[in-house]
Amino acid sequence: MNTGYNFAYLDEQTKRMIRRALLKAVAIPGHQVPFASREMPLPFGWGTGGIQVTASVIGPDDVLKVIDQGADDTTNAVSIRRFFARTAGVRTTTRTQDATLIQTRHRTPERPLRADQILIYQVPQPEPLYRLEPSRAETRKMQALAEYGLMHVKLYEDIARLGQVSISYDYPVLVNHRYLMAPSPIPAFDVPKLHRSSALQLFGAGREKRIYAIPPHTDVEPLAFDDHPFRPIRAPRSCALCRSSDTYLDEVVTDDRGGRMFVCSDTDWCEQHR
Amino acid sequence: MLRATGLSKGFTLHLQGGLRIPVLAGIDLAVRAGECVALGGPSGAGKTTLLRCLYGNYRADGGTIEVMHRGAWTPLSADDPRTVLDIRAQTIGYVSQFLRAVPRVPAISVVADAAQTADGRARHAQAEALLTRLNIPHALHGVAPATFSGGEQQRVNLARGFIGGHPILLLDEPTASLDPANRDVVIELIREAKSRGVAIVGIFHDTAVRDAVADRVFPVTPLRDAA
Amino acid sequence: MNLLAARDLGHRYGAITALDGVSLDLWPGEVLAIVGESGSGKTTLLDVLSGRITPESGTVWYRDPAGTLHDVHAMPAPALRALHRSDWGFVRQDARSNLRMTVSAGGNVGERLMAQGARHYGRIRAEAERWLVQTEIDADRIDDLPTTFSGGMLQRLQIARTLVTNPRLVFMDEPTGGLDVSVQARLLDLIRTLVSQLRIAVVLVTHDIAVARLLAHRLIVMQRGRVVETGLTDQVLDDPQHPYTQLLVSSVLQP
Repeated sequence: MNTGYNFAYLDEQTKRMIRRALLKAVAIPGHQVPFASREMPLPFGWGTGGIQVTASVIGPDDVLKVIDQGADDTTNAVSIRRFFARTAGVRTTTRTQDATLIQTRHRTPERPLRADQILIYQVPQPEPLYRLEPSRAETRKMQALAEYGLMHVKLYEDIARLGQVSISYDYPVLVNHRYLMAPSPIPAFDVPKLHRSSALQLFGAGREKRIYAIPPHTDVEPLAFDDHPFRPIRAPRSCALCRSSDTYLDEVVTDDRGGRMFVCSDTDWCEQHR
Repeated sequence: MLRATGLSKGFTLHLQGGLRIPVLAGIDLAVRAGECVALGGPSGAGKTTLLRCLYGNYRADGGTIEVMHRGAWTPLSADDPRTVLDIRAQTIGYVSQFLRAVPRVPAISVVADAAQTADGRARHAQAEALLTRLNIPHALHGVAPATFSGGEQQRVNLARGFIGGHPILLLDEPTASLDPANRDVVIELIREAKSRGVAIVGIFHDTAVRDAVADRVFPVTPLRDAA
Repeated sequence: MNLLAARDLGHRYGAITALDGVSLDLWPGEVLAIVGESGSGKTTLLDVLSGRITPESGTVWYRDPAGTLHDVHAMPAPALRALHRSDWGFVRQDARSNLRMTVSAGGNVGERLMAQGARHYGRIRAEAERWLVQTEIDADRIDDLPTTFSGGMLQRLQIARTLVTNPRLVFMDEPTGGLDVSVQARLLDLIRTLVSQLRIAVVLVTHDIAVARLLAHRLIVMQRGRVVETGLTDQVLDDPQHPYTQLLVSSVLQP
């Protein structure tokens, strides 16, 4: 552990400020709480929101797992894991069931989480209405008044043009029957895992300076039409390594002659099931 | 059915330095059901002004106009526009000298829209029958009347006036631009209306028509001559 | 009973008086035109009546379908917004400002239904199609973007989008302005037919007296923020009493 830094890098005042935002976020599930996002020793877009949330909730006894697109061994995951190993001296792991804190980018672990675990998502764009309504003041009003017709217009357009809803990641969900929420760019396949999860789920958007949360056992419903219900999409294959047939798969190109294989995106799940 | 008491009307032309032109004064007129009253008097005497006052189109300066409307004598007052509208919808029909309609609406619809019945098909059939009776060729029924000749427009206008089946009809020169054959159709229509008990006030310059339909002539005298 | 009532409205922009003692009543199914030259206060009046601007003095009352009166400017923002999405409509001269140009015609029409909680794609689409046909837009244009529509079609699409929730009151600001005369005539006929069929009350702002004559039952003539004359449309236009109305009527070109 590098003792030249404050515990988990952030100063105590900043952590208190973020914890206050987190408490508010937990109290109003799905509602985006503004916070004074700090400069971090990595650029915005590399998980600064998730890191600040992790730094504010991590303690010396925590065991940290960091995944990026489901993998523990990608650059982003490795460097964030090392960052907290150095600044907080915490133990790290790649095994989902051994972790107390999991910071993630673009995936929810395949293994169901427990009540003593916290899942922290890195969020690039917290406002699901962002692409539909350019005015931030207007989207805030829409959120405040629960006017979400516009989001359904987007789904309508997809079905009208493509015959089905084409949103394959960052699928808009309604949290606790109240707030429209961006679940971060996780695949639509992962959205059902958010619903009534036993674990606390926290979301941090560093550049956009927003924090939001889904407390344990909260209802999370993907938006849909009665006659076009939500359908999580996955490649209709089994993992080439562990044979799992109900996990989210990555397609890996193996040569330049059309060779390919499908493997679990969740590397830890895959290793434990071979 | 209709009575005017002490009716007076004048115009103030503000753009001409507030020039005041009195037109009607002390008009007392009552029309019974089934009666046809022709307004008489020289051009400019105020016949059209009186007719327009009776329709509520011009606002009377003095006196009262009352209409037997929905079974009760009802004042036709500019202060109560909704009642005036209801009286026009239910009780008083008006055929002006010139047709005024939304530009591209076909003749058949111009007429059918004025019918009282709510049933669209029945309205259409009534309109069709009236236009045919007034010798508007079938080919023209679907055409907007803006392109019609003066006589054809006049007949569309008449069809629109008669289709409503109003108990009171005001006719301003209904046969002015019609040929003899069509004039006779109009005379027939007026007589049929009278026999149904419709009270009619009209301006008929054509004395033959006037003699054929009017029960009496109500003289309108020019005020400035009288003065 | 009246649907909308304004009492003694007053509003100023600095030294300019936009509204001065304006009162009016609107009944269900009634079309009321507000005429007057530019700067006479008619658009301000429309904005005040629709709750977009809070007047310095006076009150606007609206009677909801249950018969309850609401002070429009004292309503909570969510309630007023909900009103604008359901029981009220707004048709603007510039259709683009009211439409979503990146959303298909069907999506534009369906939005108000979805905002009201409609969650059945098939039914929303069928309703959108029905309204496109009602407003004389080919049903097979349902998936086209409004950017491919002509000016008259855009205006009709805006009307379809507005009427889909069966509003009882629609505000119209120069709905036929800026269109070719032939297109204008068609649109006038459409508005007239729909408004009378559906018994919609309309507050129509226009500087075009011919438009007012064809659409409106009643007329309000405004000059420098004041109502100078009011009455049945044909009364006011055929027998104008106030000097300003006489000027307005005599200034119209007869084709």
